[in-house]
Amino acid sequence: MEIIVFYVFSAFMVLSALMVITVHNPVRAAFFLVLTFFASAAIWLLLEAEFLAVILIIVYVGAVMVLFLFVVMMLDVNLAELKAGFVKNLPVAVIVALAMFATIYFVVGGNQFDVEKFPSPERHAADYSNISELGQVLYTEYVFSFEIAAVILLVGIIAAISLTLRRRPNTRHQKVEDQVAVKSEERLRVVKLESQPRKEERK
Amino acid sequence: MLTLTHYLVLSAIIFSISLAGVFINRKNIIILLMCVELMLLAVNTNFIAFSHYLNDTAGQVFVFFILTVAAAEAAIGLAILVVLFRNKRTINVEDLDTLKG
Repeated sequence: MEIIVFYVFSAFMVLSALMVITVHNPVRAAFFLVLTFFASAAIWLLLEAEFLAVILIIVYVGAVMVLFLFVVMMLDVNLAELKAGFVKNLPVAVIVALAMFATIYFVVGGNQFDVEKFPSPERHAADYSNISELGQVLYTEYVFSFEIAAVILLVGIIAAISLTLRRRPNTRHQKVEDQVAVKSEERLRVVKLESQPRKEERK
Repeated sequence: MLTLTHYLVLSAIIFSISLAGVFINRKNIIILLMCVELMLLAVNTNFIAFSHYLNDTAGQVFVFFILTVAAAEAAIGLAILVVLFRNKRTINVEDLDTLKG
Protein backbone atom coordinates (compact mmCIF):
# COMPACT_ATOMS: atom_id res chain seq x y z
CA MET A 1 0.00 0.00 0.00
CA GLU A 2 2.68 2.48 1.06
CA ILE A 3 4.80 1.63 -1.91
CA ILE A 4 1.93 2.31 -4.31
CA VAL A 5 1.33 5.72 -2.72
CA PHE A 6 5.04 6.46 -2.89
CA TYR A 7 5.35 5.57 -6.57
CA VAL A 8 2.20 7.45 -7.60
CA PHE A 9 3.26 10.65 -5.90
CA SER A 10 6.88 10.41 -6.98
CA ALA A 11 5.69 9.97 -10.57
CA PHE A 12 3.61 13.13 -10.14
CA MET A 13 6.60 14.91 -8.68
CA VAL A 14 9.07 13.92 -11.39
CA LEU A 15 6.68 14.57 -14.28
CA SER A 16 5.60 17.97 -13.02
CA ALA A 17 9.23 18.91 -12.28
CA LEU A 18 10.03 18.03 -15.89
CA MET A 19 7.14 20.19 -17.04
CA VAL A 20 8.39 23.10 -14.89
CA ILE A 21 11.66 23.24 -16.78
CA THR A 22 10.27 22.58 -20.28
CA VAL A 23 7.02 24.57 -20.67
CA HIS A 24 7.31 27.85 -22.51
CA ASN A 25 4.94 29.92 -20.42
CA PRO A 26 6.24 30.96 -16.97
CA VAL A 27 2.69 31.00 -15.59
CA ARG A 28 2.28 27.33 -16.48
CA ALA A 29 5.69 26.61 -15.01
CA ALA A 30 4.53 28.17 -11.74
CA PHE A 31 1.41 26.01 -11.70
CA PHE A 32 3.41 22.85 -12.36
CA LEU A 33 5.70 23.87 -9.51
CA VAL A 34 2.61 24.04 -7.30
CA LEU A 35 1.76 20.47 -8.37
CA THR A 36 5.30 19.40 -7.51
CA PHE A 37 4.97 20.90 -4.05
CA PHE A 38 1.65 19.12 -3.46
CA ALA A 39 3.10 15.74 -4.46
CA SER A 40 6.13 16.41 -2.30
CA ALA A 41 3.89 17.23 0.66
CA ALA A 42 2.27 13.82 0.21
CA ILE A 43 5.70 12.18 0.22
CA TRP A 44 6.55 14.07 3.42
CA LEU A 45 3.32 12.79 4.97
CA LEU A 46 4.51 9.26 4.24
CA LEU A 47 7.64 10.12 6.23
CA GLU A 48 5.48 11.24 9.18
CA ALA A 49 6.49 14.89 8.91
CA GLU A 50 2.92 16.15 9.09
CA PHE A 51 3.72 19.63 10.35
CA LEU A 52 6.27 20.32 7.61
CA ALA A 53 3.96 18.93 4.91
CA VAL A 54 1.24 21.36 5.97
CA ILE A 55 3.77 24.19 6.25
CA LEU A 56 5.02 23.39 2.76
CA ILE A 57 1.54 23.81 1.35
CA ILE A 58 0.73 26.93 3.38
CA VAL A 59 4.03 28.75 2.95
CA TYR A 60 5.11 27.62 -0.51
CA VAL A 61 1.86 27.13 -2.36
CA GLY A 62 0.00 29.81 -0.44
CA ALA A 63 2.62 32.52 -0.25
CA VAL A 64 5.74 32.01 -2.34
CA MET A 65 4.05 30.66 -5.46
CA VAL A 66 1.39 33.38 -5.34
CA LEU A 67 4.24 35.89 -5.17
CA PHE A 68 5.84 34.22 -8.19
CA LEU A 69 2.56 34.37 -10.10
CA PHE A 70 2.11 38.05 -9.24
CA VAL A 71 5.57 38.89 -10.54
CA VAL A 72 5.19 36.75 -13.67
CA MET A 73 1.90 38.37 -14.54
CA MET A 74 3.04 41.92 -13.75
CA LEU A 75 6.14 41.81 -15.91
CA ASP A 76 5.53 42.22 -19.60
CA VAL A 77 8.06 39.69 -20.83
CA ASN A 78 8.93 38.79 -24.39
CA LEU A 79 8.71 34.99 -24.22
CA ALA A 80 10.07 34.13 -27.67
CA GLU A 81 13.32 35.92 -27.00
CA LEU A 82 13.78 34.19 -23.66
CA LYS A 83 13.33 30.73 -25.18
CA ALA A 84 15.87 31.27 -27.96
CA GLY A 85 18.68 29.07 -26.67
CA PHE A 86 16.40 26.23 -25.58
CA VAL A 87 17.38 23.57 -28.12
CA LYS A 88 21.01 24.62 -28.21
CA ASN A 89 21.45 24.10 -24.47
CA LEU A 90 19.45 20.88 -24.28
CA PRO A 91 22.30 18.37 -24.88
CA VAL A 92 24.54 20.08 -22.34
CA ALA A 93 21.71 20.11 -19.83
CA VAL A 94 20.95 16.42 -20.30
CA ILE A 95 24.61 15.47 -20.01
CA VAL A 96 25.18 17.53 -16.87
CA ALA A 97 21.98 16.28 -15.25
CA LEU A 98 22.79 12.65 -16.02
CA ALA A 99 26.32 13.09 -14.69
CA MET A 100 24.95 14.69 -11.53
CA PHE A 101 22.42 11.91 -11.06
CA ALA A 102 25.03 9.22 -11.69
CA THR A 103 27.32 10.79 -9.10
CA ILE A 104 24.61 10.98 -6.46
CA TYR A 105 23.37 7.49 -7.31
CA PHE A 106 26.90 6.17 -6.91
CA VAL A 107 26.76 7.38 -3.31
CA VAL A 108 23.16 6.71 -2.25
CA GLY A 109 22.42 3.70 -4.45
CA GLY A 110 23.74 0.23 -3.78
CA ASN A 111 23.26 -1.03 -0.28
CA GLN A 112 24.72 1.71 1.91
CA PHE A 113 21.23 2.85 2.93
CA ASP A 114 19.59 -0.56 2.80
CA VAL A 115 17.04 -2.07 5.14
CA GLU A 116 19.81 -3.74 7.17
CA LYS A 117 21.64 -0.48 7.83
CA PHE A 118 18.53 1.70 8.19
CA PRO A 119 15.53 -0.43 9.18
CA SER A 120 12.29 1.42 8.71
CA PRO A 121 11.09 2.66 12.10
CA GLU A 122 7.79 1.60 13.58
CA ARG A 123 4.79 3.73 12.77
CA HIS A 124 3.71 5.99 15.61
CA ALA A 125 0.39 5.54 17.35
CA ALA A 126 -2.63 7.54 16.28
CA ASP A 127 -2.30 9.99 19.19
CA TYR A 128 1.29 10.87 18.27
CA SER A 129 1.69 14.58 17.64
CA ASN A 130 4.45 15.64 15.29
CA ILE A 131 3.84 19.29 16.13
CA SER A 132 4.36 18.90 19.88
CA GLU A 133 7.49 16.87 19.35
CA LEU A 134 8.92 19.51 17.02
CA GLY A 135 7.90 22.29 19.38
CA GLN A 136 9.60 20.64 22.31
CA VAL A 137 13.00 20.79 20.63
CA LEU A 138 12.39 24.00 18.67
CA TYR A 139 11.74 26.16 21.74
CA THR A 140 14.41 24.61 23.94
CA GLU A 141 17.39 23.27 22.07
CA TYR A 142 17.09 25.41 18.95
CA VAL A 143 15.65 28.57 20.47
CA PHE A 144 18.63 30.69 19.42
CA SER A 145 18.40 29.51 15.80
CA PHE A 146 14.67 30.13 15.96
CA GLU A 147 15.28 33.76 16.91
CA ILE A 148 17.83 34.12 14.13
CA ALA A 149 15.22 32.82 11.68
CA ALA A 150 12.83 35.49 12.92
CA VAL A 151 15.50 38.16 12.37
CA ILE A 152 16.13 36.82 8.84
CA LEU A 153 12.43 37.17 8.06
CA LEU A 154 12.49 40.73 9.40
CA VAL A 155 15.50 41.55 7.23
CA GLY A 156 13.65 40.02 4.28
CA ILE A 157 10.63 42.25 4.87
CA ILE A 158 12.75 45.40 5.16
CA ALA A 159 14.84 44.52 2.10
CA ALA A 160 11.85 43.72 -0.11
CA ILE A 161 10.01 46.90 0.87
CA SER A 162 13.01 49.22 0.61
CA LEU A 163 13.99 47.76 -2.78
CA THR A 164 10.62 48.25 -4.40
CA LEU A 165 9.59 51.50 -2.71
CA ARG A 166 9.86 54.48 -4.97
CA ARG A 167 8.99 58.15 -4.54
CA ARG A 168 7.30 59.77 -7.48
CA PRO A 169 7.75 63.57 -7.65
CA ASN A 170 4.07 64.48 -7.63
CA THR A 171 2.72 61.97 -5.16
CA ARG A 172 0.94 63.37 -2.11
CA HIS A 173 2.28 62.29 1.23
CA GLN A 174 1.31 62.93 4.81
CA LYS A 175 3.82 65.03 6.75
CA VAL A 176 3.43 63.51 10.16
CA GLU A 177 5.80 65.86 11.95
CA ASP A 178 3.89 68.92 10.71
CA GLN A 179 0.62 67.34 11.71
CA VAL A 180 1.85 66.64 15.22
CA ALA A 181 3.46 70.05 15.71
CA VAL A 182 0.42 72.02 14.64
CA LYS A 183 -1.04 74.52 17.12
CA SER A 184 -4.61 75.61 17.58
CA GLU A 185 -3.82 79.18 16.52
CA GLU A 186 -2.80 77.93 13.07
CA ARG A 187 -6.08 76.13 12.56
CA LEU A 188 -8.58 78.55 14.09
CA ARG A 189 -8.70 82.17 13.07
CA VAL A 190 -10.81 84.52 15.16
CA VAL A 191 -12.11 87.38 13.05
CA LYS A 192 -13.35 90.56 14.63
CA LEU A 193 -16.44 91.86 12.85
CA GLU A 194 -18.00 95.27 13.42
CA SER A 195 -21.61 95.03 14.51
CA GLN A 196 -23.95 96.68 12.05
CA PRO A 197 -27.47 97.92 12.42
CA ARG A 198 -30.13 96.09 10.47
CA LYS A 199 -31.28 97.69 7.32
CA GLU A 200 -34.95 97.36 8.21
CA GLU A 201 -37.04 95.76 10.88
CA ARG A 202 -38.65 92.47 10.06
CA LYS A 203 -42.38 92.66 9.80
CA MET B 1 8.94 -2.28 1.41
CA LEU B 2 10.08 1.31 1.31
CA THR B 3 13.70 1.92 2.16
CA LEU B 4 15.73 5.08 2.66
CA THR B 5 17.23 4.53 -0.80
CA HIS B 6 13.84 5.16 -2.45
CA TYR B 7 13.61 8.63 -0.98
CA LEU B 8 17.25 9.48 -1.62
CA VAL B 9 17.01 8.46 -5.27
CA LEU B 10 13.77 10.43 -5.66
CA SER B 11 15.38 13.59 -4.35
CA ALA B 12 18.45 12.95 -6.52
CA ILE B 13 16.16 12.81 -9.57
CA ILE B 14 14.44 16.07 -8.60
CA PHE B 15 17.81 17.74 -7.98
CA SER B 16 19.15 16.63 -11.37
CA ILE B 17 16.00 17.83 -13.15
CA SER B 18 16.31 21.25 -11.57
CA LEU B 19 19.99 21.37 -12.50
CA ALA B 20 19.04 20.63 -16.11
CA GLY B 21 16.44 23.39 -15.82
CA VAL B 22 19.13 25.90 -14.89
CA PHE B 23 20.98 25.00 -18.10
CA ILE B 24 17.93 24.93 -20.37
CA ASN B 25 16.32 28.17 -19.18
CA ARG B 26 19.48 30.17 -18.70
CA LYS B 27 17.88 33.33 -20.08
CA ASN B 28 14.74 33.56 -17.97
CA ILE B 29 15.44 34.63 -14.39
CA ILE B 30 11.98 33.65 -13.15
CA ILE B 31 12.39 30.02 -14.23
CA LEU B 32 15.90 30.05 -12.75
CA LEU B 33 14.44 31.05 -9.38
CA MET B 34 11.85 28.28 -9.69
CA CYS B 35 14.64 25.76 -10.34
CA VAL B 36 16.40 26.92 -7.20
CA GLU B 37 13.18 26.31 -5.26
CA LEU B 38 13.02 22.79 -6.73
CA MET B 39 16.60 22.13 -5.59
CA LEU B 40 15.73 23.24 -2.07
CA LEU B 41 12.72 20.91 -2.16
CA ALA B 42 14.96 17.97 -3.07
CA VAL B 43 17.36 18.80 -0.24
CA ASN B 44 14.47 19.09 2.21
CA THR B 45 13.17 15.68 1.18
CA ASN B 46 16.60 14.24 1.95
CA PHE B 47 16.60 15.87 5.38
CA ILE B 48 13.14 14.55 6.24
CA ALA B 49 13.93 11.03 5.01
CA PHE B 50 17.03 10.84 7.18
CA SER B 51 15.16 12.33 10.12
CA HIS B 52 12.48 9.63 9.78
CA TYR B 53 14.85 6.70 9.41
CA LEU B 54 17.22 7.84 12.17
CA ASN B 55 14.35 8.74 14.52
CA ASP B 56 15.80 12.17 15.14
CA THR B 57 13.77 15.38 14.93
CA ALA B 58 16.84 17.53 14.22
CA GLY B 59 16.37 16.99 10.49
CA GLN B 60 12.84 18.33 10.60
CA VAL B 61 13.98 21.38 12.56
CA PHE B 62 16.55 22.06 9.86
CA VAL B 63 13.91 21.79 7.16
CA PHE B 64 11.91 24.36 9.11
CA PHE B 65 14.85 26.79 8.99
CA ILE B 66 15.53 26.06 5.31
CA LEU B 67 11.91 26.88 4.51
CA THR B 68 12.26 30.18 6.38
CA VAL B 69 15.41 31.16 4.55
CA ALA B 70 13.97 30.05 1.19
CA ALA B 71 10.87 32.19 1.70
CA ALA B 72 13.03 35.24 2.50
CA GLU B 73 15.25 34.47 -0.49
CA ALA B 74 12.30 34.23 -2.87
CA ALA B 75 10.84 37.50 -1.60
CA ILE B 76 14.11 39.43 -1.95
CA GLY B 77 14.93 37.80 -5.30
CA LEU B 78 11.57 38.74 -6.76
CA ALA B 79 11.89 42.28 -5.38
CA ILE B 80 15.28 42.63 -7.09
CA LEU B 81 13.70 41.22 -10.26
CA VAL B 82 10.92 43.81 -10.19
CA VAL B 83 13.40 46.67 -9.70
CA LEU B 84 15.57 45.27 -12.49
CA PHE B 85 12.66 45.08 -14.89
CA ARG B 86 11.59 48.61 -13.96
CA ASN B 87 15.04 49.97 -14.78
CA LYS B 88 16.11 47.89 -17.80
CA ARG B 89 12.76 46.63 -19.23
CA THR B 90 14.16 43.10 -19.58
CA ILE B 91 14.74 39.96 -17.53
CA ASN B 92 17.06 38.34 -20.02
CA VAL B 93 20.23 37.30 -18.23
CA GLU B 94 22.41 38.13 -21.22
CA ASP B 95 21.27 41.76 -21.22
CA LEU B 96 22.33 42.22 -17.61
CA ASP B 97 26.01 42.86 -18.30
CA THR B 98 26.50 46.20 -16.56
CA LEU B 99 29.09 44.71 -14.23
CA LYS B 100 31.10 43.24 -17.15
CA GLY B 101 31.44 39.93 -15.34
